[in-house]
Amino acid sequence: MTTQYRQTPLKRVFAFLRNTWRGLTSMRTALVLLFLLALAAMPGALLPQRNLNVAKTDEYIAAHGWWGELLDRLQFFEVYGSVWFSAIYILLMVSLIGCLAPRSFEYAKAMRAKPVLTPRKLSRMPHHVSTTTDRTPETVLKDTHTLLKGWRRVEREEADGSRSISAERGYLRETGNLVFHFGMLGLIIFFALGKLFGYEGQVIVQADGSPWCNSGILGYDTFNAGLRVDGTDLNAFCIRLKDFEARYTESGQANYYHSNMEYQSGEDLQTGAWKPYGLEVNSPLRTAGDRVYLLNFGYSPKFTVTFPDGTVRTNITPWRPADEPTKLSEGATKIDQPGISDPIERRTRQLAITGLLAPTAFMHGNVLTSSRPEANKPAVAVDIYRGDLGLDAGRGQSIFQIDQSLVADGRLKKLTRQNLDQGQETVLDDGTKVRFDGVQEWVAIQVSHDPVQGWVLVCAVAMLIGLAGSLLVKRRRVWVRVTPAGEGEPGTVIEVAGLARTDQAGYGEEFQRISDKLVQGQRGN
Amino acid sequence: MPINETLSQYSDYSYTTAAAIYVLALMFALIEQGFGAKGRLAAERSKQKARELVGAGGPPAYGTPVEAPREVGRPERIGRMGAALLVLAALLHLAAIVLRGLAVHRAPWGNLYEYGMATTFIAVVTWIVIMRKFPVRHLTGFLLLPVVILMFVNGTMLYTTAAPVQPALQSYWLIIHVSAAIIGSGVFLVPGVASVLYLFRAAHDDNPAKFAKFGPKLPAADVLDRIAYRTTIFAFPIFTFGVLCGAVWAEAAWGRFWGWDPKETVAFVAWVVYAAYLHSRATAGWRGKRAAIINIVGFSATIFNMFFVNLVTSGLHSYAGG
Ligand code: HEM
Repeated sequence: MTTQYRQTPLKRVFAFLRNTWRGLTSMRTALVLLFLLALAAMPGALLPQRNLNVAKTDEYIAAHGWWGELLDRLQFFEVYGSVWFSAIYILLMVSLIGCLAPRSFEYAKAMRAKPVLTPRKLSRMPHHVSTTTDRTPETVLKDTHTLLKGWRRVEREEADGSRSISAERGYLRETGNLVFHFGMLGLIIFFALGKLFGYEGQVIVQADGSPWCNSGILGYDTFNAGLRVDGTDLNAFCIRLKDFEARYTESGQANYYHSNMEYQSGEDLQTGAWKPYGLEVNSPLRTAGDRVYLLNFGYSPKFTVTFPDGTVRTNITPWRPADEPTKLSEGATKIDQPGISDPIERRTRQLAITGLLAPTAFMHGNVLTSSRPEANKPAVAVDIYRGDLGLDAGRGQSIFQIDQSLVADGRLKKLTRQNLDQGQETVLDDGTKVRFDGVQEWVAIQVSHDPVQGWVLVCAVAMLIGLAGSLLVKRRRVWVRVTPAGEGEPGTVIEVAGLARTDQAGYGEEFQRISDKLVQGQRGN
Repeated sequence: MPINETLSQYSDYSYTTAAAIYVLALMFALIEQGFGAKGRLAAERSKQKARELVGAGGPPAYGTPVEAPREVGRPERIGRMGAALLVLAALLHLAAIVLRGLAVHRAPWGNLYEYGMATTFIAVVTWIVIMRKFPVRHLTGFLLLPVVILMFVNGTMLYTTAAPVQPALQSYWLIIHVSAAIIGSGVFLVPGVASVLYLFRAAHDDNPAKFAKFGPKLPAADVLDRIAYRTTIFAFPIFTFGVLCGAVWAEAAWGRFWGWDPKETVAFVAWVVYAAYLHSRATAGWRGKRAAIINIVGFSATIFNMFFVNLVTSGLHSYAGG
């Protein structure tokens, strides 16, 4: 006995690796992985996702007790960043590479190879015609070459003296298939790179021409950075929104948003020049490698406060829509009384105006509602508080709310509740006057940055073209064999056979056309 | 420009009439399927063809129909009338779409109702084309059943009065992206139905006692398989193109080309399932029944995307809520 096949541990490991690799790159594994990917992507459509909506996600978890927490721990609320989702697509990528590498070599070989030998028995082929003609074998072969222009052909002389042409076409199918799969590989890679090096931030800006610059994370209300973005080195540009216009149909449905804006980037930042742009929902501003989008808009009520000492403060703070169709909004305008240097005293004199804002006021009994989203007849229904707003406490607080715990503590006291139309004012206990002057639009913008999205598009287009080639081009073969007829008989025997190597559909017609022409000769053609 | 109420009204009439005639055509087709010789003949013919070719290692070629010159019975005549009704209803269906477009002065697929209307139309047109190439007229009822159900749900629960679309939808991408999605989803209905029938036929072939009455009236399994495959490879690149355009549009409208919005996610899932279908046909042991099941899963994902995702989840896709 030889010991050649004895299993050493090393060999066993090697065999294991080889089998794993083979298994991983087999078509069946790819199929199973594709399924797993589809299955794993589903929860993301059914469960709230943290990156899309934090509030909804927390609500869902709270509403589902231990089950919600379990799902959370298993990353079901961040499906597309989860370990298991990543594992599946990385395995799929490995499988894809393992599949593509050998196929590319084969492809390179096949591209140089000659069409296969003509089979001995052509009558066994799915398509077959045989006939006798009075043309010479040479003429028939010449006609065949002419007819099959565009096919890859080879003419051979066979052992028994007959001659044949073997022709094949549809090589683009395999080309398309490879282009498709490589395109997909590239797409996955660039998609991931975009996630690493991109960022996305949202911020509310007043549509009153005040400038906003992309100078750092602090300039944003919310900011999502890729892993390799620390926010110190954002692309420099500034914008200012001069106005905002929304138009609506009679039923109150929006059909037009437009903001006349200006921007500066590159050299303009030095020279101070501004370029105009019309910002609309489907046409972001593209500048300095970033994109600026118009996301939404709302109203900021303008309050003018006249303090007893005669100082006047005007404040325009964005309120957020509580009801999108009518833009009935809620919020909190917070005002520091000027001219008080003692911090303790200051914290007893801060004012907050909070409640509802209706762009087109409509009184429902005593309750303020809005009948339309345009600012036709703005009015507010507000509570006015005085005391400590907690602004110095160092805790971040919502710009749309006051801290209710301060109200509960009695540090912030409600003075009055008022409904004010535009231009109306109310006088507080100490003589301070609060006037509602009307509204101004604010616009929520998003700034996005993805340095490789152009490459993603290139890959996607390659995929699409490759896919079309891969699915629509048919691999097919035609053989023609000519044999001089038997002793003493005139003419030539022509045999034509065909085989579609992929989907058969439609090949019958093509074969019929080709064989008819070959059999009848090219006369008159 | 204001909405033209009259045209919108005519569109509704046209839609309802088309649906009613589909029901009639469905019944006529069921009569042919149930009592006609055509089902049996077609089945025999395709079986015979397949047998002839077993040795040759390739399925049969079409395009040279071998229509047996038999006398035509009453069920066949009814079947033919059913097909004529089908075409008539499809024309009315088309009229409903065109009138809707004229009424609102935009592409008539700006909300879920209009989407459903166009998708069912594409499904019917695809079937009419298939009927000309394959001997499947008697199966028309099985296609019309889902079509009629979809049209009913669409016309009642999802009906939306004619209106302009909101700013996010005012883009030429609406025309390109949504029409590709409509064509893709509409055509996918046909392989879905063919694959269901395939499963019946294959079960019968494995065990003739199963579906003993129904099975033999279906075309041979490989004919159904081929219908499913050819329609799928037609629709798949179009659907892919639709998803791609959606991504380009999303980049302009929402600030990112892909963000796992529920609609995007389910489109991705459906796309992967159809890719799995195509792979299964190239994988030993996965052809036939398993491929058919995958195709049905793909179509289920498409329907799920159309209804559930639009109506239940709240994503950015503003069709939501009908
Ligand atoms: C994200 C995953 C993948 C997708 C979406 C995908 C998609 C596709 C599509 C659409 C086709 C065309 C089908 C046809 O020609 O009929 C195809 C063919 C093919 N794919 Fe993939 N593929 C994926 C991964 C893979 C992997 C991992 C492998 C290797 C194991 C693979 C191997 C093949 C092969 C060999 C074909 C040719 C089959 C044929 O000629 O019919 N694919 N693929």
